[in-house]
Amino acid sequence: MSALRDTAIITQRQLRLLTRVPEVLIFSTIQPVMFVLLFRYVFGGSISTGQPGGYVQLLMPGIFVQTVAFTLAGTASGLAEDMKKGLIDRFRSLPISQSALVVGRTLGDSLLNIVVLAVMGIAGYAVGWRPSTGLGNVALGFLFLLLFGYALSWVGVLVGLSASDARVVQNVSFIVTFPLTFLSNAFAPTTGMPRALQYFAEWNPVSTMVAACRQLFGVENQFGATAGSFPSEHPLTTSLIYMVIIMVIFIPLSLRRYRNSLN
Amino acid sequence: MKSIIAEELVKTYDKGKVRALDSLNLDVEEGTVLGILGPNGAGKTTTVRILATLLRPDSGRASVAGIDVLKNPEKVREVIGLSGQYAAVDEILTGYDNLVMFGELYHLGKKNAVIRANELLERFSLTEAAKRPIKTYSGGMRRRLDLAASLIVKPKVLFLDEPTTGLDPRGRQEMWGVIEELVKDGVTLLLTTQYLEEADQLADEIAVIDTGKVIARGTSDALKKQVGGERLEVVVESAHIAKTLEIVSSVSGVKASLDEGLRQISAPVSTGSVALFEVLKSLDDAGIHALDVGLKRPSLDDVFLSLTGHSAEAKEESK
Repeated sequence: MSALRDTAIITQRQLRLLTRVPEVLIFSTIQPVMFVLLFRYVFGGSISTGQPGGYVQLLMPGIFVQTVAFTLAGTASGLAEDMKKGLIDRFRSLPISQSALVVGRTLGDSLLNIVVLAVMGIAGYAVGWRPSTGLGNVALGFLFLLLFGYALSWVGVLVGLSASDARVVQNVSFIVTFPLTFLSNAFAPTTGMPRALQYFAEWNPVSTMVAACRQLFGVENQFGATAGSFPSEHPLTTSLIYMVIIMVIFIPLSLRRYRNSLN
Repeated sequence: MKSIIAEELVKTYDKGKVRALDSLNLDVEEGTVLGILGPNGAGKTTTVRILATLLRPDSGRASVAGIDVLKNPEKVREVIGLSGQYAAVDEILTGYDNLVMFGELYHLGKKNAVIRANELLERFSLTEAAKRPIKTYSGGMRRRLDLAASLIVKPKVLFLDEPTTGLDPRGRQEMWGVIEELVKDGVTLLLTTQYLEEADQLADEIAVIDTGKVIARGTSDALKKQVGGERLEVVVESAHIAKTLEIVSSVSGVKASLDEGLRQISAPVSTGSVALFEVLKSLDDAGIHALDVGLKRPSLDDVFLSLTGHSAEAKEESK
């Protein structure tokens, strides 16, 4: 019980930080909205899809997934910052649940994602994104996105606790997330990639997530590769399996790392 | 009763290559202040972190307020307060928010956390700044808030790791005032510092540590006595330095040392004011006018130097 309360207090802290530094919220939303506009109008014109509504229908799931993938960097740099300032020492010297600080942070970062996704959804709507499957499926899609962000946030915990300084954290997170989001079906068809990369893109969790969202938002996944492969036939199942695997591996690893972090 | 006991603590880093603590032994009597004095890298912070349950030693035993640090760290956390080298508070939040948050984490409940936060802000003269983000605070104010955060539940044992490092002289004075007040309330305090005058000012007893070991222990007076007598110091015009060196050396019986920047000549003397008089007379005979002259009791700096063979500030490598 008290572990839950401790976690809630830390989550509140995360949210209070957001209200105190509105810039964080503003910039975490501006960047994805900018991506929406840039991709919509730069690539949108040259990639023909033949689907109603065109490129933006395919693009939005891609950008949603890319944005939640960046949760990894957010969690990591936030924790690295706390470490640097000695704040983690203070928390660890308190008679509180030892996992509250990291669990609270991952939850707080997920709550931030809700706001960011909402703003992006509105921006997408403004430039022509129209999911065709009804509220239930769209909500399920967003739930998937939040869960994916949450799972990656735990990878961020490990990165944040392991790195020696905040700039390294930024770079490492970037190196992990950037290729993952681009070596995927998020923005362009994978069929143009070399064979090996196609294979990678096919199984890339970002691709399966994007495919899952496209399915839930009711748009044909034209950017997917070979039809008939397991991930392209079952994007929802594959994505769920990935999220479970990430959490099963990274939650215990991160918590252990946290307990030993300052040795 | 001993409030803090550390026995044979060993902590190594880099697979045993760096020996941060090398069989360190310590104890602190309840209600007293022990100052751990040592240069950077001596093992001060490592000691505090082990006692405050943040770090596990490779071997050895430790207890705080009668509780085994290694077996019951969560019980220890209920009775200690820790204030580190960095002000470990949330920069973005206000002073008030920080204290309330920590109060809630100590399970005081929202209402009591608010009451306690206001009490502490008042006590540390931070009421006016309470609603401002910490990042607008001066260094001294941050440290005071950090200290306040470590006092939320009136700890039995308080650890202050270099509480004034990086503060300007005024901030340091303020901090000393606050710490002295605390000590009057009877908390057991373990304080680390690299400032000799700080240990002198605040601690009942001083443990000098170097390379992970306690190399001397005692009251400030006892430690000073260990180094021996007084020093005679004379400041003269540059033109008279050579002659004055000669005079002071002959009175002292030991070759006098010269600080060229200060134009100060000094040497140990055992006869106190008699030696002072002799030197003044000889200087007068030689027609030299001393700009300043005096007898100094040894400083803790001298103690440190004579114990370790290097001065306290000289060793500035990594921690």
